[in-house]
Amino acid sequence: HMSSTLSVCKGIVVCSMLGLLDYTAEQREMLDPRSKKGLLAEQVRQPNPIRLRDLIRQIRSAKTAAEERSVVNKECASIRLTFREEDSVWRCRNVAKLLYIHMLGYPAHFGQMECLKLIASPRFTDKRIGYLGAMLLLDERQDVHLLITNSLKNDLKSPTQFVQGLALCTLAAIASPEMSRDLADEVERLLKSSNAYIRKKAAICAVRICAKVPELMEMFLPATRNLLTEKNHGVLITGVTLITSMCVQSPDTLEHFKKTVGNLVRILKNLVMAGYSPEHDVQGVSDPFLQIKVLRLLRILGRQDSQASETMNDILAQVATNTEATKNVGNAILYETVLSIMDIQSETGLRVLAVNILGRFLLNVDKNIKYVALHTLLKVVHQDNQAVQRHRTTILECLKDADITIRRRAMELCFALINPSNVRTMMKELITFLEKSETEFKAVCSSKCVTAAEQFAPNIRWHVETLLKVIIAAGNNVPDDVVACIIQLIAESGEAEQRYAVEELWQRLTVAPLDVQPLLQVATWVCGEFAHLLNTGETLRVSETEVVEVYQRLLWSSLCTSVTKQYAITSSMKLATRMPQATALVAKMVSAYGSHLDVELQQRGLEYTQLFTRFDSLRGPLLERMPPFERSRLRVSQEAAAATAAAAGGGAPIANGVQEHSNNSVSNASTVNNNESNALLDLLGGMDEQSTKPTSKLNDNATISNNDPVTAAGVPKIPGMNADILDLLGGFDTGHPTVSKAAIGDTGGTAATTVNGASNNILDGLLNNTNNYNTTTLTNNAINTNSSLINSTQPTTLTNTGDYGKLTAYERHGVRLVLSFERQESLSIITLVATNSSSAAITDFLFQAAVPKSLQLQLLTPSSTSLAPSASLTQLIRVNNPNKAAIRMKVRLSWSADGVPVQDQCEVNNFPTALWQY
Amino acid sequence: MHFMLLFSRQGKLRLQKWYEAHPDKVKKKITRELISTILSRKPKMSSFIEWRDLKIVYKRYASLYFCCAIDPTDNELLTLEIIHRYVELLDKYFGSVCELDIIFNFEKAYFM
Repeated sequence: HMSSTLSVCKGIVVCSMLGLLDYTAEQREMLDPRSKKGLLAEQVRQPNPIRLRDLIRQIRSAKTAAEERSVVNKECASIRLTFREEDSVWRCRNVAKLLYIHMLGYPAHFGQMECLKLIASPRFTDKRIGYLGAMLLLDERQDVHLLITNSLKNDLKSPTQFVQGLALCTLAAIASPEMSRDLADEVERLLKSSNAYIRKKAAICAVRICAKVPELMEMFLPATRNLLTEKNHGVLITGVTLITSMCVQSPDTLEHFKKTVGNLVRILKNLVMAGYSPEHDVQGVSDPFLQIKVLRLLRILGRQDSQASETMNDILAQVATNTEATKNVGNAILYETVLSIMDIQSETGLRVLAVNILGRFLLNVDKNIKYVALHTLLKVVHQDNQAVQRHRTTILECLKDADITIRRRAMELCFALINPSNVRTMMKELITFLEKSETEFKAVCSSKCVTAAEQFAPNIRWHVETLLKVIIAAGNNVPDDVVACIIQLIAESGEAEQRYAVEELWQRLTVAPLDVQPLLQVATWVCGEFAHLLNTGETLRVSETEVVEVYQRLLWSSLCTSVTKQYAITSSMKLATRMPQATALVAKMVSAYGSHLDVELQQRGLEYTQLFTRFDSLRGPLLERMPPFERSRLRVSQEAAAATAAAAGGGAPIANGVQEHSNNSVSNASTVNNNESNALLDLLGGMDEQSTKPTSKLNDNATISNNDPVTAAGVPKIPGMNADILDLLGGFDTGHPTVSKAAIGDTGGTAATTVNGASNNILDGLLNNTNNYNTTTLTNNAINTNSSLINSTQPTTLTNTGDYGKLTAYERHGVRLVLSFERQESLSIITLVATNSSSAAITDFLFQAAVPKSLQLQLLTPSSTSLAPSASLTQLIRVNNPNKAAIRMKVRLSWSADGVPVQDQCEVNNFPTALWQY
Repeated sequence: MHFMLLFSRQGKLRLQKWYEAHPDKVKKKITRELISTILSRKPKMSSFIEWRDLKIVYKRYASLYFCCAIDPTDNELLTLEIIHRYVELLDKYFGSVCELDIIFNFEKAYFM
């Protein structure tokens, strides 16, 4: 019986090439035991299941999805039925049909057991479909794996090479760790088989087994080494693949295979030098698949090993010069060679050759080759900047490519290529690119432009010009920190640059479309702050009415966001002090805002109106020129993501009290403490602080207008001495606690009056209202829920930020993480600075953290995800700790160093206790 | 290689080969995502997509798209060559292969 089955088996092996699932009628007659038995037993039989091809035809002829579903459901039902009857004759056909149905997206899990039965069948065709089904329907988690392991074991021992081959293929595709352990011995035996076909497949199987269970690697080592002496290319290529995967996994094995470098070089040499061999020729290149596998392994073996690198220098040079670059295969080999040359410790000449190959790639019309070139240049630009610089023009050309992926690569590469000598031309090209690029590019491109300009600007004038161009080109896609940066730069620069900025921005302001916010914000800030330059210049003479007209247009446009209007309204106040004739017009304009629907604008309207009426004399000193900002603070906010600018407590907009909402800046301790710079804010803060005391005077609002002007009269005598004004105001407020109520309460309606009232419940409700509003403009409202104008009256939000020192949280694998701290109430703001102290270029840097449940953690966007050697990046971490629990943090880090992925974790337990013990 | 997909211009899956274990749901999601991404790409674009932490290499032959997911460190150009090799093999076996051959003989395409 066995022998007859075997002969049938062989017959089917032959037939299989002709398409066997759909047997001919004769074959079916011959193979179906029941058809004979049926005649004798006169059984009533179901009609034969339809053929696979008929089912496919039926499904394809279905006109609607519903029709298809009904065909499939009907067929599935009949397949289930035959499965239940344990029918072994039609099992193969049914499973094949089921696999087709599965591919269409219908559930087919009920076929899993049938696959196993097919695998156990002695017939080759059954086995083949069974194994195919197993590969498609099972995954590692299935319990049926245990059952399949047994069948695999039997088949690996089969005398027929094709059965062994099937088993090896399946194992290589689906082996789980358990299967790997159970079957490793068998595979190792087959790796030494006399049959090349089996050795080839066993090697692939070993790759999977070693990947799943690294401990098993050792038992394969002896047999693996022998694979390199093979003549058969199939075995060679799988052998090299196996060694490569072993070396990547284990440094010990890598050391072990260092001695094979000579062998590999010889294999490669034979391939390159050998003449035409029809069996291995692919478009005139001798076995490119093997060449590339060998090149890859050489790269891994030669990395950081000067001796191994030395041995392969010559052959790499040979491959690089002798490979035909007209076809894709040739370019694939050249590409791999370049990667190897750049990765090992190769000679300088060879590296230049490699970069030049990439330069040639850039000129290729084939997009794929261009892409590969840019991608690789980006990897090597940190090591061989000079060599890459030579291809700068070509790279700039790629910025205009039709393919978005190519443009993205080219952009990144361009930024990596900027240096002091080429910054002018590069920036010009990049700004042109920025203008025309898609929205998704604009934010990152403008951010990078700002950083590059700051790093390499030849002079301040150029710097200012460039930033203005960037903000114009990027439109609404400029991150907020860029706005802050530009304002700061202009504030710090000399009068000549300021004059230039005013002239340029005034022109823009008069013609700019009102839906481009960042430009309007910068323009209004600058025109307000330096309004005296508007009509004192040689070329620019703007009349007061003109200015006010422009501001009117902006303030009453529905296209401008509330933040822009806040800029504009504060700016117009500055105009009022710097252009005396505009005062009346501005006063009118501002007072109109006292009843604005937007709470922020309303507050400003009311507060500023006070500066025209009762506290007229305060206006001058309050709205004086801003002193230069603290430089160090800017750097932080500039590097961090846009949203973090405010949290870090720095940046121009806050000082101006416009961009962020008042409370945000008031509650922001660092700003408040900084008496010299933020006169206006301090004033408001001081007033608010005082005003919370007399909560009992709820009904006093009506008497506001009778306020005693005596103390107010004493104030304006001290121009320029802001600190003194503050002191005065402090005293003033204590004496007349209703002042701030007046400022808010007149038209602010219920919101302001209840603030001073004792009713906390009502206050909560109001808070919610205003907070909803805040979400639209505030990016960092996640934790800062008390950022509403009402809360600014709570003195508790004014807390200190002490110096908590720095903490090195992590220092391994060439990466150092240093944390520094700030605290606002229960909110700790941790600034993370990650520095790359290795010589490798780090990409895909990812910092993840977890804190105990009682804490809330927010990770803000890092300034970058890649780190050139010795570069650093910052990321802000906000930890809200309302319960004053000890802060602990689990940290997971991952990055790629020169393309090699690294993962690590650590725990940080030594946070300064002052962060929660206060 | 992590997986390989064959699908038609209409977005119908014709073949799927997975070398890593995923639940069916995940496979379907990945397939759907990739098919729509690739079909929306213009012919002028390169054949490579950076997708999650993998690189997708695809090529269109007549009405069929062949799509492979490889490691970012793998050779993209060679992957194109591997796809071409497979198509040549199909062609040799079926004799000027077309989509219908692969639909009706999908199991043979899998065996290859």
